[in-house]
Amino acid sequence: MKFDTPATTNPIDQMKVVGKPTNRIEGPLKTTGTATYAYEHHDVAANQAYGYVVGAAIAKGRIASMNLADAQAAPGVIAIVTADNAGKLDKGNFNTAKLLGGPAIDHYHQAIALVVAESFEQARAAASLVRVEYSRSKGSYDLAAALDTAITPPTVFGTAADTSVGDFATAFAATPVQLDARYTTPDHTHAMMEPHASIAAWDGDRLTLWTSNQMIAWSVGDMAKTLGIAKENIRLVSPYIGGGFGGKLFVRTDAVLAALGARAAGRPVKVALPRPLMINNTTHRPATIQRIRIGAAADGKITAIGHESWSGDLPGGGPETAVAQTRLLYAGANRMTAMRLAVLDLPEGNAMRAPGEAPGLMALEIAMDEMAEKLGMDPVAFRVLNDTQVDPEKPERPFSQRRLNECLQTGAEKFGWSKRGKPGATRDGRWLVGMGVAAAFRNNLNAKSAARVRLDKSGTVTVETDMTDIGTGSYTIIAQTAAEMMGVPLDKVVVRLGDSSFPVSAGSGGQWGANSSTAGVYAACAKLRDAVVQRLGLASDAVFADGKVKAGKRSFALGEAAAGGELVAEDMMEYGDLAEKFQQSTFGAHFVEVGVDAMTGEIRVRRMLAVCAAGRILNPKAARSQVIGAMTMGAGSALMEELAVDKRFGFFVNHDLAGYEVPVHADIPHQDVIFLEESDPTTSPMKAKGVGELGICGVAAAVANAVHNATGVRVRNYPVTLDKLLDKLPDSV
Amino acid sequence: MKSFTYERVDTPAAATAAFARTPGARFIAGGTNLLDLMKLEIETPPHLIDVSHIALDKIEATPEGGLRIGAMVRNTDLASDARVRRDYGLLTRALVAGASGQLRNKATTAGNLLQRTRCPYFYDTNQPCNKRKPGSGCAAIGGFNRLHAVVGASEACIATHPSDMAVAMRALDATVETVDAGGKARAIPIADFYRAPAKTPHLETVLAPGELITAVTLPRPVGGTHIYHKVRDRASYAFALISVGVIVQRDGTGRVALGGVGYKPWRVEGAEAALPRGARPVVDGLLAGAKTTHENAYKLPLVERTLAGVLAQAKG
Amino acid sequence: MQTPEEYELSRRGVLVGGAASVATVALVPAVAAGAATAPAATPTTKVSFKVNGADRELDLDTRVSLLDALREHLHLTGTKKGCDHGQCGACTVIVDGRRINSCLTLAVMHDGENITTIEGLGTPDRMHAMQDAFVEHDGYQCGYCTPGQICSAVAVLDEIRAGVPSHVTADLTAAPTVTAAELRERMSGNICRCGAYSNIIDAITGVAGAKA
Repeated sequence: MKFDTPATTNPIDQMKVVGKPTNRIEGPLKTTGTATYAYEHHDVAANQAYGYVVGAAIAKGRIASMNLADAQAAPGVIAIVTADNAGKLDKGNFNTAKLLGGPAIDHYHQAIALVVAESFEQARAAASLVRVEYSRSKGSYDLAAALDTAITPPTVFGTAADTSVGDFATAFAATPVQLDARYTTPDHTHAMMEPHASIAAWDGDRLTLWTSNQMIAWSVGDMAKTLGIAKENIRLVSPYIGGGFGGKLFVRTDAVLAALGARAAGRPVKVALPRPLMINNTTHRPATIQRIRIGAAADGKITAIGHESWSGDLPGGGPETAVAQTRLLYAGANRMTAMRLAVLDLPEGNAMRAPGEAPGLMALEIAMDEMAEKLGMDPVAFRVLNDTQVDPEKPERPFSQRRLNECLQTGAEKFGWSKRGKPGATRDGRWLVGMGVAAAFRNNLNAKSAARVRLDKSGTVTVETDMTDIGTGSYTIIAQTAAEMMGVPLDKVVVRLGDSSFPVSAGSGGQWGANSSTAGVYAACAKLRDAVVQRLGLASDAVFADGKVKAGKRSFALGEAAAGGELVAEDMMEYGDLAEKFQQSTFGAHFVEVGVDAMTGEIRVRRMLAVCAAGRILNPKAARSQVIGAMTMGAGSALMEELAVDKRFGFFVNHDLAGYEVPVHADIPHQDVIFLEESDPTTSPMKAKGVGELGICGVAAAVANAVHNATGVRVRNYPVTLDKLLDKLPDSV
Repeated sequence: MKSFTYERVDTPAAATAAFARTPGARFIAGGTNLLDLMKLEIETPPHLIDVSHIALDKIEATPEGGLRIGAMVRNTDLASDARVRRDYGLLTRALVAGASGQLRNKATTAGNLLQRTRCPYFYDTNQPCNKRKPGSGCAAIGGFNRLHAVVGASEACIATHPSDMAVAMRALDATVETVDAGGKARAIPIADFYRAPAKTPHLETVLAPGELITAVTLPRPVGGTHIYHKVRDRASYAFALISVGVIVQRDGTGRVALGGVGYKPWRVEGAEAALPRGARPVVDGLLAGAKTTHENAYKLPLVERTLAGVLAQAKG
Repeated sequence: MQTPEEYELSRRGVLVGGAASVATVALVPAVAAGAATAPAATPTTKVSFKVNGADRELDLDTRVSLLDALREHLHLTGTKKGCDHGQCGACTVIVDGRRINSCLTLAVMHDGENITTIEGLGTPDRMHAMQDAFVEHDGYQCGYCTPGQICSAVAVLDEIRAGVPSHVTADLTAAPTVTAAELRERMSGNICRCGAYSNIIDAITGVAGAKA
């Protein structure tokens, strides 16, 4: 099915099942420990051996020599895989650095060996007996020091490195109220709770991989390319994924080394990345240095807005697209953005929840707060004044829907924004109290997505697609979609996901999964409805409801259509050019209240509210969870998350969950989320958009702005920690 | 983790005898720090002596009016004890500020004192660390050291001691009771328990090999207002940036001990006379000779400000 | 400020091998325990304990953590390995009535003890009230930290009933009560990167209210 004209009325609009705050259908499994994650498939392949990864001890250089003798002689050791003995390996299209290093080392903790043994304990012990000598070469590890060498990167994800409209320099120079400020965001790690893990089993030249991966088809392709085997010979299974946030978009070391280990050992091998290895071994959100210039007339109208961002990555990598939102978020006739990319020999930079927008809005939305202050305007009013209903770079191109102002105004009212005091003026005992606001913005993306649906004689509808559920609620919204389309209750739908033997879906990333995958299920169900109607000899306007199909006076139980055998339909939703005609984006407003200990500078979040306008919300319960989770991650990036770079040795020093702090229960207050009622007919027949990344966008800036409101101290370098406030706080309690 | 043999013992004598039989052995009780380090091969004992079943799990009144806390008393039980909550509130406050509920259910009184530093370079066996590998250098100096020591450090090591409980024990003048491999008991004032890093940061306490902690005793209660303020970026389940434990009497006199600033819980009795005059004069004495790095200079004003806040709180 | 090269050279013998440009990084600590490096047979020890009411007897490599005994030997994979270092709480189980991190304890140290895992609290057909509440309040997303959160939550309510104080208990001499602040502090040893905290506290509060 091709979606190339805006949706009209369709069965989803009944909203009997879709749009309801249904509990997750896999909830009973997850809460009883019976949902099976990658490392836990004991029953799928007999005689599994254990692999343990050895990571490089240097950031850049070469392996001078490697002595495996002690490791090979250790108890239980079956095989050791290294670049020397692994055979020819290619690099996946989505990988920047090789997943098995040697002799060249590209980054710290790059895998250089896998030790396979009878038990986990034996593999781990033997891994430490691999003796390696390195020849270290000089690397570049300091972004600030590498700015001068940064180059103009090629276009990524349709974002050109440089954009320009009007005459920014001249217009900016002429504005009466100006801001020119520099902001920094540090490297972040996904820190999903389930480490990357895979079990590999070979049957002749056919490989089955039980793994934890967001993008099944991409990863089948990259496994095939890496190993040099046909895609058809690989089956990838990933039914439950213990968090991804972009960190499991791609094939990683665990998958490749499990496959190589299993080949070398001649039996199935399971591999999980040890937590202390994960952070430097896998990808991360790259640090940025950003310069923002905003010029406005005295009435607050922005006439010039410029956003530049510098980031680094390994050779062949890409920039963090932190300027992306600035092209679309606010009005202003004269605009420019620029991205520059430095070569850094740190671990590979890549996507993490809302890549680009998350760090970009961390800076831009502080800048907007600073501008409002300079103008003597309320930050909500300043943003509302500078709203645009069209793409500011192409005024002939409207947003499909844009209710940012309503998000801001609704939030201000619900949050009690009018009670916000002047900076440093509100006290609650020892706490300095402040409120902050930020806009949330993230583009909607659609990706083609296919599904297969089966109808059996009991009237049960089974959906099969290689879509993944990384905690997003895919199982549930897909079931809701199929139930709505086929007119059956939710318990008559079975959803099977995350298996490469199923039709290729959009996968989970870029907040494209919910709308795209359900649209694919819609297409397949539309085809199944045709098949049912045809099988039962009904008119094409038959109604599917209450487990029945009715046309005129005739009515059948849905299962009767499959009485003579299962009905199967498969289809894919593809997209025309609506996303070019209309700018499809999601919007929100974050409101945060913080308390800052007047003496110690400790910062604690007291209240959080998000108001989101993101198209039709397919399941308000799961969508709300996506948003509160993103708000939590945003609070972390505001207040504590930072990979500490050792600029001498080139690695992230705090590479475990004790050193890299993410929010715990005590950091997060009760959170409120409001979804504005809307549906966007330009996105798909589902009329939905993504929401999982929108939720993090702007949160950190809202926190930072609240800290400013509480203390009067403006911190432009994340995370906002007490040491950056201390010398500017009051002298006594 | 290297292979090791394992035995369980039921008495201190059996424990020290087992140690004498197996050089390099380690005692294990709660295991929450030792196993963490063994997984990374920072600790590689060939033999583990499980002392967790020795009946040293009681908290008893002493004839002097204090408390004798068995070495195996779990942190949760120590924090929950009614006498501790009533008379040694600082100790309960420090305990519940540390780790998580799960860890406090396993961690023992003795083990808490013997925790090793959480310096990330100590934890990364690829990096130089004089504490882990004597003579290899200190990567924290000149590296990531926002969390590191500002007092008592050396050219060889700037690690901090991570314990919250030990800070309270120091303020309360606790004594560590031990028995050595020869069966000889001794009592070590906690002030003398930890060794300065100097050129040998791998030697952390005055305990001899095979010497087993049997108890920690507290003298009779001193009354006063007990406050423990642990300062951290994350609201819970994080090690201290710094912490301040105070016992303040009605007349403004009292005691102060600090966590997160040095290789041991930091107390300078001579500085305490200044308490009635406020935080600054106390800190001048407490942190005299402090040496900061490019990343941890904030700890000096933070200690002073936290102490000032705590003293204001004590006044009510 | 030293350059990295100078830094390495100043620590000759540690990071730097024979030639100045060749750095050797030992993957094992310098101090080897004992002289013998030849592998001996892996030491094992027998251990018996009750898991979810059933007697279990295992002969285990002494190094096996309670977590790996459950997951890899008994195939009770509901208990999760998130960090294996006591930093996340995903491995929380209840041993003799107390919640602990099963990753930081050896299986052989639990001889004779009574272990309850998430599978022992309830099954999909007969769910524990806390499991039900997590589903109802959407107190999870990816589900990986969830068994640990639920085991912890069940134990936390017992701890409050037993009068165990916490960091946020205002009066140490009074019995703690079930408040959102108490629950947040006590649950802080269970990290949820999906960020379901707000919903988890609602779920636990619901169960506590129903029990009160």
